[in-house]
Amino acid sequence: MSDVVIKVENLGKLYRIGAQQERYKTLRESLVGAVTGPLRRLRRSKSKIQNPKSDFIWALKDVSFEVKQGEVVGIIGRNGTGKSTLLKVLSHITEPTEGRVALRGRIGSLLEVGTGFHPELTGAENIYLNGAILGMRRAEIERKFDEIVAFSEIEKFLDTPVKRYSSGMYVRLAFAVAAHLEPEILLVDEVLAVGDAAFQKKCLGKMGDVAKEGRTVLFVSHNMGAVQGLCERGIWLEGGRVSMNGLVREAVLAYLAASSNRQAGISIEKLPRVTGGDDIRLINLELLDQSGHHAYRFDHGDRMLMRFWFRVLNPGQRYFAIEWTICTSDGNKVLYASSSPQGQLLISPIENVGCVECEIPCLPLTSGRYFINCLLSLPHQKRIDEVEAATSFDVTTCDICNTGFDVRQSLAPVTTATYWSIVEGAQSLLRSPNMAPQSQIRG
Amino acid sequence: MDLEEIHNQDYPFSVYEPTHGWLSLKLGELWHYRELLYFLTWRDIKIRYKQTALGVAWAILQPLITMVIFSVIFGQLAKLPSDGIPYPVFSYAALLPWQLFAGALQRAGVSLVGNSNLITKVYFPRLVIPISAVAAGLVDFGISFIVLLGLMFYYRIMPTWAILTIPLFALLAVLTALAVSLWLSALNVQYRDVQYMIPFLVQAWMYASPVAYSAGLIPTGIWRIIYGLNPLAGVIQGFRWALLGGNPPDELMALSVVIVFVLLISGLFYFRRMEKTFADVV
Repeated sequence: MSDVVIKVENLGKLYRIGAQQERYKTLRESLVGAVTGPLRRLRRSKSKIQNPKSDFIWALKDVSFEVKQGEVVGIIGRNGTGKSTLLKVLSHITEPTEGRVALRGRIGSLLEVGTGFHPELTGAENIYLNGAILGMRRAEIERKFDEIVAFSEIEKFLDTPVKRYSSGMYVRLAFAVAAHLEPEILLVDEVLAVGDAAFQKKCLGKMGDVAKEGRTVLFVSHNMGAVQGLCERGIWLEGGRVSMNGLVREAVLAYLAASSNRQAGISIEKLPRVTGGDDIRLINLELLDQSGHHAYRFDHGDRMLMRFWFRVLNPGQRYFAIEWTICTSDGNKVLYASSSPQGQLLISPIENVGCVECEIPCLPLTSGRYFINCLLSLPHQKRIDEVEAATSFDVTTCDICNTGFDVRQSLAPVTTATYWSIVEGAQSLLRSPNMAPQSQIRG
Repeated sequence: MDLEEIHNQDYPFSVYEPTHGWLSLKLGELWHYRELLYFLTWRDIKIRYKQTALGVAWAILQPLITMVIFSVIFGQLAKLPSDGIPYPVFSYAALLPWQLFAGALQRAGVSLVGNSNLITKVYFPRLVIPISAVAAGLVDFGISFIVLLGLMFYYRIMPTWAILTIPLFALLAVLTALAVSLWLSALNVQYRDVQYMIPFLVQAWMYASPVAYSAGLIPTGIWRIIYGLNPLAGVIQGFRWALLGGNPPDELMALSVVIVFVLLISGLFYFRRMEKTFADVV
C-alpha cells in the first residue's frame, strides 16, 4: 500500500489580470455582454490558438509533486510565484483551472491566523467561533479549551472582547486555536511572521511537535532558517512552476543563489521583503575591495567595504540603524554587525537618498559563497526594512599560511590567524604536579 | 502510481479538479458543517445589538414602531379595510413574516461579501453563510411573536386551532427569504450593484405584499394570479388566517408554495455554480 497523501498532477491556475475592473463590473455591462457575448465568443473561438490571451496569467502551471505521509515540506520562492495559490488550491478554497489534486486525510490550513475572529466577541467566544471555522467539532474545542487558553497565556482576559486586546494577545490567541487543530495534513502560510521573537519560537516549537507526531505539513515561508529547521524537503516555485523539488538544503541554496540581486539581475529595491520596506527602503548594497572597486570575489583577510544605499519613502522615521548578517550558502548565520549597539551610528534620514559605509578590515571567512541579509531597524523596536540575501559574494581563497591548503566553508565558515609552536622540554613539564596526567597521580 | 492507490479507508479521500456546468448540491456536506452553521448564526445574533443602549429591545421596537406608523397612516388616515380586525393587530400579524423576510434579505444579500475574509482563507460549503444570515433573524421573530400574543390578548382576540399551523407558515417565510437571499448574495459577489438595489427592492416588495392592506383588495381573476406570483402574498395571508381568523388560504397560497420552491431550487443550483468563483472574485 502506498503512503502518498498528497498527489498534485499538472496543476494549473489561471487568473485574470486587471481583475480590479473585472471584479466590479456592473450589471449594465454584463447585460450588454450577455447580448454581444455569444457573438464575440464565436469569433474568439476561431482565433483562440493563434491569439494567446495576454490579460490572463498562470499563477500555477504544470505543477506536479507528491507528498508522503509524515513528510514536512517547505515551499519557497519569491513573492507572487504561486506559493499561496498552491495552498489555496490544496485547501479547496479555490478551484484549479487544470490538472488535479488528490488528498487523503483531513486538511487544516493556516493561511492567516485569526480568520473569522470577531472584534466584539470575547476571547472565549472567539475560541469557539474560530475553532468551528477552522473545522473543529464543538466537542473537540471543549476538550482542548484549557490547553488553548494555557498556550495563549490570556487567562485573565477570556471574558474581554478581543477588540480590547493588544495585537500580541490577539495573535497569541489566534495561533493557539489554530495550533490545536489536529488535521492529518497541515498547510501553513507565513503565520510565523507575526508576533514577537519569543512567541515565534514557541510557534516553531509547536509546529515541530506537529511534525514529530507524524502529520504531514506543507510550510510556506520566507524565513529560510525556519524552513531548514522544520522541513526535510523543499519545493522551490518560480513563476508558477516547480523549479526544484529535493532536499531542503539544496532547494534553499538554489533559491538563495537565484534570488540574490546579482544573479537575478534585479535591483535590491525590487526584491521581496521579509518585513517592512514601506518607510525606508534599501535600494542597493555595493561591495568594494581594498582599492575601492566593485567586487564580488574576495580572499580571506581582505578588506571589504559595504556601501548601503537607502531611499526615504516616509520621512516620519527620525533615525534608524543598519544591521547585517552574513550567511553561508546553506543558510547558517556566520557574522553579524550593527551600526547601533556600540552607539556609534544612528542614521538620520534627512536626504531623500542616503548612503552608509561599513568596513570589514579583515574578512575572516573561509572559501565559499556567502549571502548578506540586511535589516534597517529601530533597534529592539521595529524592523523597518528586512531583505534576505540582498547580495552574495565569493571568498575564492583562504590560504592563511601560504601553504597551498585552502580552508573551505564546509570545514568551518570562519577561521583566524593562529600561531603554533612546539613546547621545549615537554618530558620535564609532565613531572610537575599540575601538568601530570591523572593516571600518574593515582599511581 | 495510480491515484486510486491513495484511497485509504481510514481517511477521507478528496479530489479537486476543474468542474464545469451545473453541480450537485452536496447537501450531505452541508449537514456535515451544521456546527459551523450554528456558530455563525450564533455570532450574528450575538453581535446584532452589541454597543446599543437599548440592546435586544430593538427586536420588539422595530416591528412595534412600524405598526404604530402604519396604524396612524393606513388605519386612521387612509382608513384601509382590515377584514374587521383592529388595524394594529392586523398589520402587526403581517409585519412578523415581513420583517423576517426583509431582514434576511438585507443581511444575507451582503453576507458573502461581508465574510470575504473567511471565503478567501478557509474552505467550507459557502451555503452556510447566507443560511446563517437568514437563520439569525429567527430570534427576533420569536421575540416579536410574543409581543403579538400580548397584542391579541389586549384586543381580546382568541386564537383558534389554526394557530398550530404557524410553524408551517413561518417555515415558508424562511424558505422564501432563503430562496431570494441565495440569488442576491451570489449575484452581489459579482455585481456590487445588488447591495444598492436591495433597499429599493425591499421597499417595492413591501408594497407588493399585503402588509399594510388586506389581500382581499386584489380583484379576482388574472390580477390575482399575477399578485400571487409574489410568494409573500400567500405567506402573509396564511399568517393572518392562522392568528386572527378570517379568509382561509386559497389558490394564492398554492401558487406561492410553487413559486418558493422554484426560486429555492434554482437559487441553490445557481449558488453552487457560482460558488467556485467566490474566492477569486469576492
